[in-house]
Amino acid sequence: MKTFKELNYPGRLVAVEGLDGSGKSTQIYLLKRWLEAEGVKVYFSEWNSSELVKSATSKGKKRELLTPTTFSLIHATDFADRYERHLLPLLRAGYIVLCDRYVFTAFARDVVRGCPPEWVRGIYNFAALPDLTFFFKADLEVSLQRILDGRPKLKFFEAGMDLRLSTDTYESFRIFQGRILEQYLAMSREFNFMVMDANQRAEKQQVLVRKLVREHIDLPKFKRRGALPPPLAPAPRWVKPAGPAPETEGDTEA
Amino acid sequence: MNHRMRPKKNARRFYGQGIPGVDPEELVGKLIVVEGADGSGRSTQIVQLMNWLETCGRPTVQVGLKRSTLVSEELVRAQEGNILSRTTLGLFYATDFADQLENIILPALRAGFIVLADRYIYTLMARDMVRGMDEEWLKNLYGIALEPDGVFYLSVEPEELVQRNLAKSATLDYWESGMDLGLSRDLFESFVEYQSRMQAAFRQLQKTYGFEIIDANRAVETVARDLRKNIQGLVNGSG
Repeated sequence: MKTFKELNYPGRLVAVEGLDGSGKSTQIYLLKRWLEAEGVKVYFSEWNSSELVKSATSKGKKRELLTPTTFSLIHATDFADRYERHLLPLLRAGYIVLCDRYVFTAFARDVVRGCPPEWVRGIYNFAALPDLTFFFKADLEVSLQRILDGRPKLKFFEAGMDLRLSTDTYESFRIFQGRILEQYLAMSREFNFMVMDANQRAEKQQVLVRKLVREHIDLPKFKRRGALPPPLAPAPRWVKPAGPAPETEGDTEA
Repeated sequence: MNHRMRPKKNARRFYGQGIPGVDPEELVGKLIVVEGADGSGRSTQIVQLMNWLETCGRPTVQVGLKRSTLVSEELVRAQEGNILSRTTLGLFYATDFADQLENIILPALRAGFIVLADRYIYTLMARDMVRGMDEEWLKNLYGIALEPDGVFYLSVEPEELVQRNLAKSATLDYWESGMDLGLSRDLFESFVEYQSRMQAAFRQLQKTYGFEIIDANRAVETVARDLRKNIQGLVNGSG
């Protein structure tokens, strides 16, 4: 797999990964605001958000119809739709595309659910690698606390209840998140993650994120020439100043 | 046309990685697949086979494409809008297949049923190959599929398919004509070209998956007899 830069795309892709409650969504949102203010052509895309696939996904989740295999495939379908319809054309047009979760989320979660790693990776091999991947590494307890403080009710798949790890939702969630964290850490070197200390204060992290983006991407090249209306990007579905719990109908997580 | 019986397979197996936690040895029923384009007489043959098997006292269930609880409605809607790109459409169909595999095919086989599949992964793979998807990628994706006990491909010349489709509905289906590929603006031309490509893809897949090719240019009853003869041996194999 190659990055978009290596494939000579005019655009660049920046992804954030991390556990629920690691603060990654806040960070990428602030990054987007900054890039917009700089006049850079920027587009934001969120995991599990393709309009077309969403109704099937939420039906599958609500009615608990999903198995590890169909869970994996339906998220791959969602990703492919966003990838082929939005990300590729935008990257051809010289955009900086920001992704809240990318293929690594599938690599971590689907494998924890029991799908063979080679199978999952094979399915996603149509996708190029991000030019920059931030991994927000928080202590497991910190992430759990952020999620559990903000949102006492956990959803079935989000808590990994389908894995029958525990009959207690919170206990299941803890074990599930712990296993996902292990998978992320095992991938970190292979995929060149920029590992961020997500236990730090959000504004401090953002200073570093912006610095790294500026170092890796020649931003002036991505500025829009002349005045055009901003692109039609989906409005962020949540905005919360600190420790955001992505509260969406379909759910961003699992 | 090939009447030769394939040697009996040693063991049940998945083509690739399979479904996590499923032991193929538990799947004691029989999986029979009938493949073929629209107009190949596939549906007619399936109905007859179903009648025959049930009359013989064999519990039988039928599966087909785009029939899953999980995504069938969404797939239909997506195709109406015709806005899906090829990887997305391919994965959507794979999801539909996996849902039926896990919720219908595997449980039925575990219970000793005969599962009659009105098309299987081969149609899905052939469609994707014609649209330029990588064969290795498809093999990995469909490594979840169980190897059937018998696969019968009803082969009909594209020119004859046109005649049968027109006689039936006086028009040609957008997707069965491969109009999304932009081969020709002319529906007739596009249909013939697309179906020729599909047949070439099936021939390519035949090398790997070794299914029986049944000459379905012949009369319905002749084809039916042929199928029954082939399937008789398979379903009586181990009771």
